[in-house]
Amino acid sequence: MFDWISDNRASIALVIIIGLAVVFVFSIFVGVKQTGLRAKDEVFGDPERTKGGWYWALCGVSALLLVWFYYSWGAARAVFPTAANELCQVAKVEEAMSPISAALPVGSRYLKSTTLVVRNAAQVDKLAVSMPAEVFTLREQAKLTLAVAQIKDLLAVLSSPALSDPAAKSAFLAVEVSLRDVAKRLQADYRELQPQKEALQQPKWGTSEVEIPLLPVTGKGVLLDSVTQDVQEVAKAFLKVRNISPQAKQLIADTKEILKELKTPDPLMQLDEAGEGTRNAYVKAVDRIFKRIDDGTIFPAQAMDGVHFAVNEVFASLAVAKGGLSVVESLFFPGHGVVKSRTQCTEQGSGRWLPKPTDVIATFSTLANPDLESGGGYKGTTLLWWKWLPIADVVAFLMPDGLVDMLPGSYGTHGDSGEFKPNYKDRLLAFAQGDVNLGSVPMLDGHIWDSLFRVLVAMGFGILVGVPLGIYMGVSRFFKSFFDPLIELYRPVPPLAWAPLILTIFGIQDDGKIFLLFMVAFAIMVISARTGASGTQLSKIRASHSLGATNGQILRHVILPNAMPEILTGIRIAIGVCWGTLVAAEMLAGTTGIGFIENVARTVSDYELIWVTILIMGLLGLLFDLVMRWAIAKIIPWRGKG
Amino acid sequence: MSDLYCKDLCMTFADPMSGSKVEALKDIQFNLKEGEILTVLGPSGCGKTTLLNMIAGFITPTSGTLSLGGVDIQAPGAERGMVFQQGALFEWLTVARNVDFGLRMKGMGEEESRELVNFWLDTVGLQGFGETPTYQLSGGMQQRVALARCLVNDPDLILMDEPLGALDALTREKMQSLILELWKKTGKTIIVITHSVEEALLLGERLFVMAPRPGRIHREYNLPFAEMGLKRSLREIKQEKKFSTIREEILTMIWDMEEEIMGGV
Ligand SMILES: Nc1ncnc2c1ncn2[C@@H]1O[C@H](COP(=O)(O)OP(=O)(O)OP(=O)(O)O)[C@@H](O)[C@H]1O
Ligand SMILES: [Mg+2]
Repeated sequence: MFDWISDNRASIALVIIIGLAVVFVFSIFVGVKQTGLRAKDEVFGDPERTKGGWYWALCGVSALLLVWFYYSWGAARAVFPTAANELCQVAKVEEAMSPISAALPVGSRYLKSTTLVVRNAAQVDKLAVSMPAEVFTLREQAKLTLAVAQIKDLLAVLSSPALSDPAAKSAFLAVEVSLRDVAKRLQADYRELQPQKEALQQPKWGTSEVEIPLLPVTGKGVLLDSVTQDVQEVAKAFLKVRNISPQAKQLIADTKEILKELKTPDPLMQLDEAGEGTRNAYVKAVDRIFKRIDDGTIFPAQAMDGVHFAVNEVFASLAVAKGGLSVVESLFFPGHGVVKSRTQCTEQGSGRWLPKPTDVIATFSTLANPDLESGGGYKGTTLLWWKWLPIADVVAFLMPDGLVDMLPGSYGTHGDSGEFKPNYKDRLLAFAQGDVNLGSVPMLDGHIWDSLFRVLVAMGFGILVGVPLGIYMGVSRFFKSFFDPLIELYRPVPPLAWAPLILTIFGIQDDGKIFLLFMVAFAIMVISARTGASGTQLSKIRASHSLGATNGQILRHVILPNAMPEILTGIRIAIGVCWGTLVAAEMLAGTTGIGFIENVARTVSDYELIWVTILIMGLLGLLFDLVMRWAIAKIIPWRGKG
Repeated sequence: MSDLYCKDLCMTFADPMSGSKVEALKDIQFNLKEGEILTVLGPSGCGKTTLLNMIAGFITPTSGTLSLGGVDIQAPGAERGMVFQQGALFEWLTVARNVDFGLRMKGMGEEESRELVNFWLDTVGLQGFGETPTYQLSGGMQQRVALARCLVNDPDLILMDEPLGALDALTREKMQSLILELWKKTGKTIIVITHSVEEALLLGERLFVMAPRPGRIHREYNLPFAEMGLKRSLREIKQEKKFSTIREEILTMIWDMEEEIMGGV
């Protein structure tokens, strides 16, 4: 079932897209009609005018999803399932042509030869005037000057049509002929061509790691693919062409000889270490420039004219061969198209960093799959599932070892016959360390749960400690004055600024993160409980005094309920802040959690995974807020009505 | 006998910032016998609330003695019930939970208190509203709840600070009758502070007109209208010649005081 959905995601997407388009049009239709009907309802500015309007919400959501489908190439994949594969074949031809086009002003401004001549001539000139004469003997200086002059001569010889290698000329002619042949082949009829069996067995676009299937699955693709092989041959021949005429050969040999002699310093020169360094560096610089041009890859400007024409012909022919594919590409593949690099065809631009909606759901399903053996989950943990949790672990978590250490008495020692009898302290220590069997309880598990658990435990402690303290601070001079400076000192520090310290002290596992979040939640809870408590109306307090309530009863029955709205608002804010801090803390360190997944996904540029984590975080944040809103409506319906 | 004794009562507020002193009350002296109903009138700022707060035990007088039934008043207590102008109900509780608040604080169970609560809800005319949240009640109904909440505790003395100040004229009249009715029914000692001269005349067996700067009792009246109000409609009483004469007298008195304050500023 799942595999079927996964394999047919393109067709499913098509159904969804059509549905979205219908919804989009329908909602606009309803919206326009309703706007007409309600135009005279209320005066402009009346908040009533913002009520309702589900159709515009529908319109916005469907528009967003459609834009997503479009820019992620999800629409392209749904409507033209084989277009990307064909574009991949086009990219293959382009890649095969690239060694040739790189030498020509195709997609660039200058001939490669022009660039080489200009750059090297400029560098030789610069070297010539900056020769450190003090580290060379006169003889050496003369040699160097000669070498430099010969390098310039060589550039001139290579650039001269009259002096260039006649062999190169005929080789280029051969390349030109082959390219024209390629251009002609691109025009061939491809309708009869059949894709190979392997090609049809490839995983579909987006269903595995390879982004776009490499082997051609259409007749057009097969043609392009076979042409690619021809082009590769031609490119190979092209790359072998060298411009080494007899004159050039002579110059190269001479210069090489001179530079070789210059490698060892003249013993007459008494050079210190620094001087020798300068000398060698200079000689090496000259040598480096020479090596750059001695392989004869510089040609006269006109030498490749024929090849240039042929290349243009090939590209024109390729455009014709693409035919309707060009239109599809420019309409449905926003971004930078498909590029073939090494062993795969990749999407470039928005198609790359914006995953297709259906792929995001597929990735999410994989992550959420609790069956780790069949490739579910992420790094050995699924998103949200359950497992058996030993109760002893919970006890150990809540009971610090140090507590046992503080008890009176000392730990047991081994007896005379080498046996060890644990005393009560040893047994308690076993509890504190989780070394007992207390049975297991079913417990939630997974990355989402790990993140949730941290937030919830920290929130729990924060509320448990923060609310009572905050309430006492709201009613007692001592508590207010004593704790206010302490809290106000640590609170303004951004939580993440504490993270490096806290994580170092408490460890990168749950303890450290929970403590960090506790600090966040605690401060917020204290402040909100305090505000709530001190905001109690005096008349209510006085009334309860007159009704015979004791101080404790007033705290419990009047001040606490009064502070409830602020406390709940505080919880709502604290959960949001904790969530944000947690994800960032998980990115800093840790081995589980949503933030951890995103951080790993970032380092390997797995955009789908990044988006999945973003969506999970967004949805969980929304869930928190909905729960809190619901709780606020349930718990304090009387809010603001006193 | 739980009479209220009040002797040489002075209250001076000190502004901690400027150090300037406000003599809110000076040498207040009066006794109130059990079962009497007293209304207090006076221009704004003459110390009416301050006086009531001291009797309730919310603030301590600078000097002088206050005692109820021979016991010095040191702190707030259940024997002195208080009804505020508004906003003193616990909006997170239902009407019944508001009314039995005092009983619950004393440790009485819900079962035991139910009968009492229902009785008082009936008495103030709120039968059937027990489970309604207080914020769903009208202003007049809320003051009825406040009255019931106070009465269920069976205090010796009931203090009311402008209890009807926030109500409309019609509801106000009904509530005035209710207060008189409750006074007769329970025989409690009651002190009512009000801004309305008519209300003061109608409700008060005794009436203090207070004067400001320093706050003091300017004039005392003994009035028959409260007794009358138990038998006759309040509107009729307002038509009485004597009623309107005293009303005009007091109005002029207070008007002059206000004039004095304005001139003094
Ligand atoms: N806590 C306080 N600190 C300083 N001055 C106070 C305080 N409470 C009251 N006063 C002053 O004492 C005086 C009497 O105040 P009080 O509230 O008793 O007046 P009131 O007669 O109840 O007025 P109103 O009719 O407006 O309610 C006023 O001048 C007021 O400014
Ligand atoms: Mg007042």
